[in-house]
Amino acid sequence: MGMTITEKILAAHVRKKQEAMPLVFPGELIEANLDFILGNDITAPIAISEFESVEKEKGRELDVFDKERVALVPDHFTPNKDVKSAEQCKILRDFSRKKTIKYYFEIGEMGVEHALLPEQGLVLPGDCIIGADSHTCTYGALGAFSTGVGSTDLAAAMIRGKAWFKVPETIKFVYKGMLNTWVCGKDLILYTIGDIGVDGALYKSMEFCGDVISGLTMPDRFTMCNMAIEAGGKNGIIEPDEKTLNYIKNTAKRDYKVYKSDSDAKYADIREYDVSKIKPQVSFPHLPSNTKPASEADNIQIDQVVIGSCTNGRLQDLEIAAGILKGHKIHPYIRLIILPATQKIYADAMKMGLFDIFLESGGIISTPTCGPCLGGHMGVLAEGERCVSTTNRNFVGRMGHVKSEVYLASPAVAAASAIKGRITDPEEIKIK
Amino acid sequence: MNFKGKSWKYGDNVNTDEIIPARYLNTSDPKELAEHCMEDIDASFAKCVKKGDIIVAQENFGCGSSREHAPISIKEAGVSCIIANTFARIFYRNAINIGLPILECKEAVKDADKGDILEVDLSAGTISNLTKNKFYKSSPFPEFIQDLISAGGLMKWVSKSI
Repeated sequence: MGMTITEKILAAHVRKKQEAMPLVFPGELIEANLDFILGNDITAPIAISEFESVEKEKGRELDVFDKERVALVPDHFTPNKDVKSAEQCKILRDFSRKKTIKYYFEIGEMGVEHALLPEQGLVLPGDCIIGADSHTCTYGALGAFSTGVGSTDLAAAMIRGKAWFKVPETIKFVYKGMLNTWVCGKDLILYTIGDIGVDGALYKSMEFCGDVISGLTMPDRFTMCNMAIEAGGKNGIIEPDEKTLNYIKNTAKRDYKVYKSDSDAKYADIREYDVSKIKPQVSFPHLPSNTKPASEADNIQIDQVVIGSCTNGRLQDLEIAAGILKGHKIHPYIRLIILPATQKIYADAMKMGLFDIFLESGGIISTPTCGPCLGGHMGVLAEGERCVSTTNRNFVGRMGHVKSEVYLASPAVAAASAIKGRITDPEEIKIK
Repeated sequence: MNFKGKSWKYGDNVNTDEIIPARYLNTSDPKELAEHCMEDIDASFAKCVKKGDIIVAQENFGCGSSREHAPISIKEAGVSCIIANTFARIFYRNAINIGLPILECKEAVKDADKGDILEVDLSAGTISNLTKNKFYKSSPFPEFIQDLISAGGLMKWVSKSI
């Protein structure tokens, strides 16, 4: 029987002595070897404490399973917003030095983890990856099995280089037709989550395919896989193609392997979308699944716009936003915050002159951070305030006060909304 | 393992931002986290919850972030067990990994009201609603997960294995 790409990757990472290429079946509990693991300044301190509790119990120091396959990225509360977050980050710094972990990223080289690790060639096709961050599913865009876990899983993986999984069933999502103007990967994934709901892919793998996916850029593919978790998915995944291999060819730090689903692979469900019917989308509060076209938003006044995050803080996203903002001033009541996701994106955007456009329009440019996305710092909302954000979650209180509201959208919708001061379809803006 | 306590009932998609808001994630001290447990969905919870109480919720409990601070804050607040229709995947494994018992049982959830006294026998997978005088059976955990739980959580299991 054929296997899906997710099943093949998991099978290849399980040791079953009797077969060269073992089969795995949905529902089966397995232990898989891991190619790469990561944690951040929120999740890693607990993992490190758990790691050290095992050292204490054993009465000896332990090494991490592989010093070149662990990344610690302090990207949520850095530059440290207060003493407590400084202490959390110091735990990562001290542990990384003590264990000589190769991929600890200090500010200056740090970035939003799910933009940073692909950019650095650390996560690759065919990999089996866990990260103590729910958006670890982003790396599925490279054709890797990649999923978010908690701190204890990270601690165990740092010691053993393995994790337990229940092999997921897969839902296949096929996208056909011609994309409308301004519709990008973010709109496709918001539309999909709107269709299946925030638990529509619970415990399952989401495989994205079809001509439209082949036509998407890598940043758009990262955006789609990034939000698989918002549909409850275990992972999002896209078969590697020429674009994938081009993306990694100058940066890959290790060998990798390309897997593809068999034509007779079994799926839990297959859903097809005609993308010509999809317009720029917005997720209304307080669930990512509350989607509707931006053009149908009925004069919703906003206070803040955030363009950035692991979902949409890549160079392409900033270019799209700048293309709309060029020659325009943002609405006088709007605060526009731009967050290049990594140091490299920051430098590239600056060299390309995008910062001039953002600054002239009235926006501000932040150091790479996850801060505003989760109501941490650098853009927290007050009671009653509304924000259009290119981030991934709009739960109650996500970006600040419990009575604030977050509307999720693409960089194009976010930039257009910043100009008008209300939720706006980019079609409304005259491009200069 | 047996637990008995008062039920706290919630709806669908209770998410990690509601269970423990990110504004408190600059610490990983369980006691501090427990003081803010469920703050953005039920401000009375952390003040009124008693040791042994049981959270009852509908679909997709714990969706959102991977933050283990969510099940840690619930456990530290004194909650003995969570019963839901379904759990979000990362929350499910985090709860198992830290030894916070969870059960999936739609019938028990449907009947339970806030304040009902519930009794849970984890090894048998049974739930009794003593207030309503009803009895339910949920699916037992797979053997591997039972091993993790009986070892006292993932790290104890790992510690034994190395």
